[in-house]
Amino acid sequence: MKLNLKIWRQKDAKSQGQIVDYPIKGIEGDMSFLEMMDVLNEELINKGDEPVQFDHDCREGICGSCSLQINGEPHGPDRLVTTCQLHMRKFNDGDTIVIEPFRATAFPVITDLIVDRSSFDRIQQAGGYISVNTSGNTVDANAIPINKHDADEAMDAATCIGCGACVAACKNASAMLFTSAKVSQFALLPQGQVEAVDRVQNMVRQMDLEGFGNCTNTGACEVECPKGISLENIARLNREYLSATTKG
Amino acid sequence: MDSKVPKGPLAAKWTQHKNDINLVNPANKRNIDIIVVGTGLAGGSAAATLAELGYNVKTFCYQDSPRRAHSIAAQGGINAAKNYQGDGDSAYRLFYDTIKGGDYRSREANVYRLAEESANIIDQCVAQGVPFAREYGGLLDNRSFGGVLVSRTFYAKGQTGQQLLLGAYSAMNRQINRGKIQSFNRHEMMDMVLVDGKARGIIARDLVSGKIERHSAHAVVLATGGYGNVFFLSTNAMGSNVMAAWRAHRRGAFFANPCFTQIHPTCIPVSGDHQSKLTLMSESLRNDGRIWVPKRMDDAIAIREGKLKPIQLKEEDRDYYLERRYPAFGNLVPRDVASRAAKERCDAGFGVNKTGEAVYLDFASAIQRYGAEEALTHGIKNPDEKEITRLGKGVIEAKYGNLFQMYEKIVDENPYETPMMIYPAVHYTMGGLWVDYNLQTTIEGCYCAGEANFSDHGANRLGASALMQGLADGYFVLPYTIGDYLSKDIRTGAIPTDLPEFDDAEKTVQDRLDKLMAGSGQNSVDFYHKKLGKIMWDKCGMARNAKDLQDAIDEISALRTDFWANVKIPGKADGMNQELEKAGRVADFLELGELFAKDALTRNESCGGHFREEYQTPEGEALRDDENFKFVSAWEYKGEPKDAVLHKEELKYENIELKTRSYK
Ligand SMILES: Cc1cc2nc3c(=O)[nH]c(=O)nc-3n(C[C@H](O)[C@H](O)[C@H](O)COP(=O)(O)OP(=O)(O)OC[C@H]3O[C@@H](n4cnc5c(N)ncnc54)[C@H](O)[C@@H]3O)c2cc1C
Ligand code: SF4
Ligand code: FES
Repeated sequence: MKLNLKIWRQKDAKSQGQIVDYPIKGIEGDMSFLEMMDVLNEELINKGDEPVQFDHDCREGICGSCSLQINGEPHGPDRLVTTCQLHMRKFNDGDTIVIEPFRATAFPVITDLIVDRSSFDRIQQAGGYISVNTSGNTVDANAIPINKHDADEAMDAATCIGCGACVAACKNASAMLFTSAKVSQFALLPQGQVEAVDRVQNMVRQMDLEGFGNCTNTGACEVECPKGISLENIARLNREYLSATTKG
Repeated sequence: MDSKVPKGPLAAKWTQHKNDINLVNPANKRNIDIIVVGTGLAGGSAAATLAELGYNVKTFCYQDSPRRAHSIAAQGGINAAKNYQGDGDSAYRLFYDTIKGGDYRSREANVYRLAEESANIIDQCVAQGVPFAREYGGLLDNRSFGGVLVSRTFYAKGQTGQQLLLGAYSAMNRQINRGKIQSFNRHEMMDMVLVDGKARGIIARDLVSGKIERHSAHAVVLATGGYGNVFFLSTNAMGSNVMAAWRAHRRGAFFANPCFTQIHPTCIPVSGDHQSKLTLMSESLRNDGRIWVPKRMDDAIAIREGKLKPIQLKEEDRDYYLERRYPAFGNLVPRDVASRAAKERCDAGFGVNKTGEAVYLDFASAIQRYGAEEALTHGIKNPDEKEITRLGKGVIEAKYGNLFQMYEKIVDENPYETPMMIYPAVHYTMGGLWVDYNLQTTIEGCYCAGEANFSDHGANRLGASALMQGLADGYFVLPYTIGDYLSKDIRTGAIPTDLPEFDDAEKTVQDRLDKLMAGSGQNSVDFYHKKLGKIMWDKCGMARNAKDLQDAIDEISALRTDFWANVKIPGKADGMNQELEKAGRVADFLELGELFAKDALTRNESCGGHFREEYQTPEGEALRDDENFKFVSAWEYKGEPKDAVLHKEELKYENIELKTRSYK
């Protein structure tokens, strides 16, 4: 395959960025999107140019490192995959592909296609945990049976990989899908009940402080989420928040 | 080598040791700093627990968030001797399975402690809100992994590592929120600083600004994961590396059993030269998948040429070679055995993909079995074949859905309809920094946990035991043993970073970076990494022999010289530069690789994942030599890897009788 890549290049946080054209050939359908980027980078290095920098690590859709806005869509045109799991067979010979970083005020660009998503960490630090010490004598794991349905739903929420595609997909750059997934995991489990009121309030407060936009229920996040995190989580977060404010 | 294993009967050692060691009082803990490098399961759990106890903790990881450590990718599960299934499990049985699985090359006392602590891990994780899979009654579900006859593996779909890591990360977050952990993300440890022979800090590079930083502490914990990427292609994350452990090795920490590497039998085969990493298909699939190749050569050839489809092959024309060779364990033999058996069939010409390096993992019979079961439990009378298949697929999807989806995305074939193709790939490293019973390396004050140490898995790790070990080390072992060491440091006060030792270490790091940047610019870093990987795979892989290993040593040494003279790193060192990061890692792999080959050459026996062609039984099974090699090889750094000096820790088996491993 021959492709025409248009890639966002930006030296560092302070510099202005721009789209640069990179024609490329010899791309095979079996390559992942990031392997295609590897091929480009190898070419650039051999020519003495600076390679395009992008975040990645596990390359199997679980660490949440990879990002990339591909032709306007976070993680590209395929559904339920991350950029590292996207394969070039989804593209056609001669295609033009525009590759940009995830865009959001709360995700400033570090360089090229790499953004700073530490705002997500801070939301979780604000309350995304259960306060239990490591003692070796907590209760037996089977002491509290948990309804399978609730456990499965908690698991579905917990599979969020913290990639930020939901934010990049949203016209308001809202982090509601992410935050709601985190809140839901704990809200659905008995262990999470004790701190439920503080948790939802603190996490939502931090989310606002970070400069994420408001949720206007467009649902774009759910469509682009590589892990299929459902909008039901946002509804649950809203319920939790409402009941917390009435209680608190 | 003094392993510092406490005296007394096996089952009492750990409790007795905890009672005997010194504690640090809460007020003094506030004056003690600990650096934890790595935030995977081992580092994340250690950091959270140490901070809970009151120490001031600094964590480091190269990713942008602790939550992205490689542990996140673990799929299948975590072992614990809970005996919830009532199938006869116990701490002793888990201990026994682990020692046997490791082919009698691990330390009894450590492994017993691991088995003892395993149950606590599950309790702890559930308390943190880890959503393990449950049965309809609301209790925890289990599955089986290879090399054992009980069902003791806990899991969270195919994302167990993710859920456990998020648990440890949430525990870290709680401490970050309390100000007890400072986390330095996008930071790489580049050297260790020793003051009066003790580990007192590290030199790290801020990967965003490129700045070299000094960090001091009273003790340093390395939990930096495994070095499987020395093979270039592996199931590890792209950034997994040996730098931190290797830098400590150069400063005096002995490196143990570097050649003990696990080649995992069920990975998606290589598809071409562009391949950047390999993807694991979890061992849990071997609970239900049956492994086979065609019985007849002409069928194998027809399949390779695309003229025959696997589903067209009749039962009697298939060779379920694991079930044939190992009737007792069948598809659930340990990984090293399963991998060699796949290689044996493929080398004999029965491989099923274009390159001839793949075997089938087939779910058709499981789909039928589950389908029939479902029909029965749902009261469906006389279900037709279609209905059974539909129901069976549903069960398989619930169990392994995300793995099947992953497979389909990569291979572009539907594994519900046609068997998966799999082949062995580098997955885990049992070797690592030598540690004593307290997890202390040969450098005082430098501890090592998780995959980065060598401790518990001998020559072969059993499935679902790495997560267990990482969390046991971090939650339940280190917090005690490190306290014993730190009890001597309560009057030391903060360690200043302007000591000459910090100046020296910083200069070493800076010189190294300058030297890397000064390469003549002939070849990219990946060029060297791929070459190294090929030498490793061809000559230090699933089967090794003396001649190949000697060649590997010479070739790696020459490649290293070439690398330093000719590597090409664009850009500058004073900002984000991913090529420079890679170069630093590959430079260390080029040293480790040589030591790896030397270690394999020295070990004139076959055991676990280390298979020397010269030492095998007539049936092709590994031939161990307990008389001469019942020891841990601990290598001391002396400059070039070829000059490394071997120290031996003799292994004593007082509670288990040494036997030839048999899974027949
Ligand atoms: C695909 C896959 C599936 C697996 N499935 C299972 C399973 O089902 N069950 C099981 O028991 N095991 C499994 N394993 C093995 C298991 O996941 C690992 O052995 C284990 O997670 C390692 O944990 P760790 O904490 O030791 O290291 P890691 O999780 O690898 O963490 C290493 C940490 O060190 C940091 N680091 C490394 N170098 C530096 C440096 N120089 N400076 C700063 N930071 C550094 C990294 O940023 C990271 O935070 C699997 C492994 C793979 C590859
Ligand atoms: S909710 Fe989905 S898109 Fe958003 S961070 Fe989580 S996994 Fe990514
Ligand atoms: S690189 Fe880990 S999710 Fe893509």
